Amino acid sequence: MDIFLDYLWAFLIGGSLCVIAQILIDKTKLTPARILVVYVCTGVVLTAIGVYEPLVNFAGSGATVPLTGFGYAIAKGVQKAVDEKGLLGALTGGLEATAGGISASICFGLIMSLIFSSKPKR
Amino acid sequence: MNEKEYNEYVEKRAKKSPVLKNCIFAFLIGGGICTLGQAFFHLYTFLGLEETDSRTVVAITLIFIAALLTGFGIFDNIAKIAGAGTLVPITGFANAITSQAIDTKSEGFILGVGAKIFTIAGPVILYGTFTGVIYGIIYYFCNLIWG
Repeated sequence: MDIFLDYLWAFLIGGSLCVIAQILIDKTKLTPARILVVYVCTGVVLTAIGVYEPLVNFAGSGATVPLTGFGYAIAKGVQKAVDEKGLLGALTGGLEATAGGISASICFGLIMSLIFSSKPKR
Repeated sequence: MNEKEYNEYVEKRAKKSPVLKNCIFAFLIGGGICTLGQAFFHLYTFLGLEETDSRTVVAITLIFIAALLTGFGIFDNIAKIAGAGTLVPITGFANAITSQAIDTKSEGFILGVGAKIFTIAGPVILYGTFTGVIYGIIYYFCNLIWG
């Protein structure tokens, strides 16, 4: 039953974060690229003021998979690095914590560009 | 019907229902991707990864799936329906990178793929990292003052 609730909250919170972005796209002039930037920065700020962590504990992947979760990872990485290394951690923590995702994205991207060619857009 | 009334009429017919429809699809597909992520998370923690690592591997898994679907041209078809539902999860980030890489292949691998792979990823990484650095400095001095 607990596991079922985990999935339910992941679905509801993750879905809601997407709906907020959809409304922003449809109702304002925010382009998708701007939405992504706004989401990441919002994730950092919400984690910094202590709001996002409880959401992660509660919704799991519903909070970490959306791009706000990318911001959450940056902020958590910065916290950990500053605790360990002092001020230097402010510069190292963010990219360290997100290195896996960034490296994977660009490496898979490159590999796909070697395999596939762009199709004419219809 | 004067022009203003007509414009209102058009707006009513043209805009209202798509917003609701877009939101429903964004909710269902976005929520579905997060639920899939949660399933991978359970799998990886079950296999013995610690929580933080498990979340990273979940992200990598979804990035791989999104990159592959982008390569096959399937992702765009899903994204057309899902809108923000595929954009906001990490899949949107991976799709932006992969589609840029594939589309700019003809411009060469250095200034084409190499540079333009960061067209959308670059701003996200830049502003995310920058906000993180600012937060780190504030966090450091807060710790100094309040210990």
